[in-house]
Amino acid sequence: MEKTQTMSFLKEVSQVPGGEGVNLCIQCGTCTASCPSAKIWEYTPSEVIAMVRADMRDAVLSSSSMWCCLSCYSCTVRCPRDVEPTSLFHALESLAIKHGYKPKNTTTPVMYNSFVKSIKKNGRVSEFQMMMGYYLSTNPFSALGMMSVAWKLLSHGRMPLSARKIKGKKDLDKIVKKLNEVRGAQ
Amino acid sequence: MKSYTYFPGCSSEATAVGLDVSSRSIAEALGMELKELEDWNCCGSTPYGSLDELEAIAVAARNLALAEKTGLDLVTPCSSCFVTLSKARVHMMEKPQLKAKVNQALAAVGLEYKGTVKVRLLIEALMSDITAETITSKVKKPLKGLKVAPYTGCQEVRPRFGFDHPENPIALDTIVEAVGADAVPYPSKSKCCGGSAVIAEEGLCIELMYKLLDDAAKNGAECIVTPCPLCQMNLDAYQAKVNSKYNTNFNLPVLFVTQLIGVALGLKQDKLGLKKNIVNPNKVLAKYL
Ligand code: SF4
Ligand code: SF4
Ligand code: SF4
Ligand code: SF4
Repeated sequence: MEKTQTMSFLKEVSQVPGGEGVNLCIQCGTCTASCPSAKIWEYTPSEVIAMVRADMRDAVLSSSSMWCCLSCYSCTVRCPRDVEPTSLFHALESLAIKHGYKPKNTTTPVMYNSFVKSIKKNGRVSEFQMMMGYYLSTNPFSALGMMSVAWKLLSHGRMPLSARKIKGKKDLDKIVKKLNEVRGAQ
Repeated sequence: MKSYTYFPGCSSEATAVGLDVSSRSIAEALGMELKELEDWNCCGSTPYGSLDELEAIAVAARNLALAEKTGLDLVTPCSSCFVTLSKARVHMMEKPQLKAKVNQALAAVGLEYKGTVKVRLLIEALMSDITAETITSKVKKPLKGLKVAPYTGCQEVRPRFGFDHPENPIALDTIVEAVGADAVPYPSKSKCCGGSAVIAEEGLCIELMYKLLDDAAKNGAECIVTPCPLCQMNLDAYQAKVNSKYNTNFNLPVLFVTQLIGVALGLKQDKLGLKKNIVNPNKVLAKYL
C-alpha cells in the first residue's frame, strides 16, 4: 500500500484496469464535447485527463467529476486515440474509494454503495432496498420527492419490497473472500 | 428449435418484469428455447465495477462459469447485463493473469471459467438466428400505421461489444418494420437517458429524458420502443415528472421491443406484461390487441 503513495499518480492510474489509455490522450476535447453530463462535472472529462497527466492526485481524487459519468460510452466511441475515457473514469472512481477520498457535491458513491450492499446481501439487486439504503444515508426527506415515481412502480407490480436470495449466496461470499485473499497475497 | 441459456437480470424481478415475460413469450412463439441459468446472481453491474472492478468481474464470472457448463450461448434481454457480462468475459480473455486470479477464487466453490461461453443480447439472437423475415412470416396482426420511435439507448451498442452501429443503430428499426409498423426518424435513438444516475442526479436526467420524449413526439411517434430496462423505466415512470417540470403533456407509451413483437405475433396481453406499463399503451395498441 505504501508503495502506491511514492509512485506517481499518473503511473498508478496507467496501471489500474481501465486506466491504461491515459498516456494516449492528445487533449482534443472530443470526449467533453460528446458528454451528456459535462455541464455538471466539476472539471470536464478532458480536463480531468489533463489533471491526471499533470499528476494532480488530490485534486482529481477528491473531485466529484468522474462520479458524474453516466457510462454512456459516447466519449469512448468517438475518442480518436482509443483512450477509453469511460473506463478511465471508472478507474478513477475505484482509486478514490481505495484511497479513502469522500468527494463533495455528489451522492453517487453512496448510491453505488447501496447498490453493491444489496448485491452482497442477496446475490441480486433489490431495487427497493437499494433506493431505501440510498435515501436513508443521504437525505430521507428527498425520498418524498421520489414517492410519486416509487408509487407508480409499486402499484404496477414493478417494485417488490422483499428481495429474493439466491441459493448460492454462500458460494458468492466464498468467491469474493477468496478473491481478496488472492489479491492481498500479491 | 435452438436452445439458449437465459440470463434474466435482477431488474426482470422488479422494474423490468414486462421485459422478462414478453421475452419468454415471444421466444416460445418464435421457436427459441430459453433455459433459465440456474441460480444466477447479479451480473456484477456498472456501480460494482466502479467501486471494485476485480470483485465485480469475479461476481460476473460465477454466472459465466455456470453458463459454460450448459454448453449453450448465454442470452440476456437486458442491455446492462449484456455489457457487464461481456466486459468481464473480454477482460478475462485479454488478461490471463486476471483470469487466473478469478479462477483461483472460483475454485473455492468448485467452479472454473474456461472462456468458451458466448454472451449475447436477446435481440441480436433474434436478428441473427431467427431473422427479421421469419418474424414477419409469423406476424398475425401487422401493426400497420403504428408510428414508433426506435430507442436503442447507449449500453446496447456503444461499448465495443455491440452488434449494431454505435451511434446510428438500425436493428430496432428493422424489427419495427418487420412487424408492420413504421419506424419514425429518431435522431436521439442512441442518446443516453441518464440510466441509474436518475437517483443521484435527477435534474440532469429529467432534462435528458425531456429531450428524448420531445424528439419522439416531434417526429410523430405514438409510442417509443426500447430493449433496455433502464431506458424503459426512466421514460415510463418519470414521464409525469418531465411533464410537470417542462410544462409539457407527453403521453407516450414506452414499450419493450419484445412487447411490440408479441402484440404483432397475436399473443395475449398478460403474456406480454402490458399491464405493468405506467403510461397506458392500450389506446395506442387498441387496433391490434
Ligand atoms: S477524446 Fe480522447 S484524445 Fe480527445 S481529449 Fe478525450 S480522451 Fe483525450
Ligand atoms: S461515458 Fe461518461 S464521460 Fe463519457 S460521454 Fe458518457 S457520461 Fe460522459
Ligand atoms: S445490470 Fe442490473 S439488472 Fe442486470 S443483473 Fe446487473 S444489476 Fe441486475
Ligand atoms: S438506460 Fe439510459 S443510460 Fe442505460 S442504456 Fe438505456 S439509454 Fe443508456
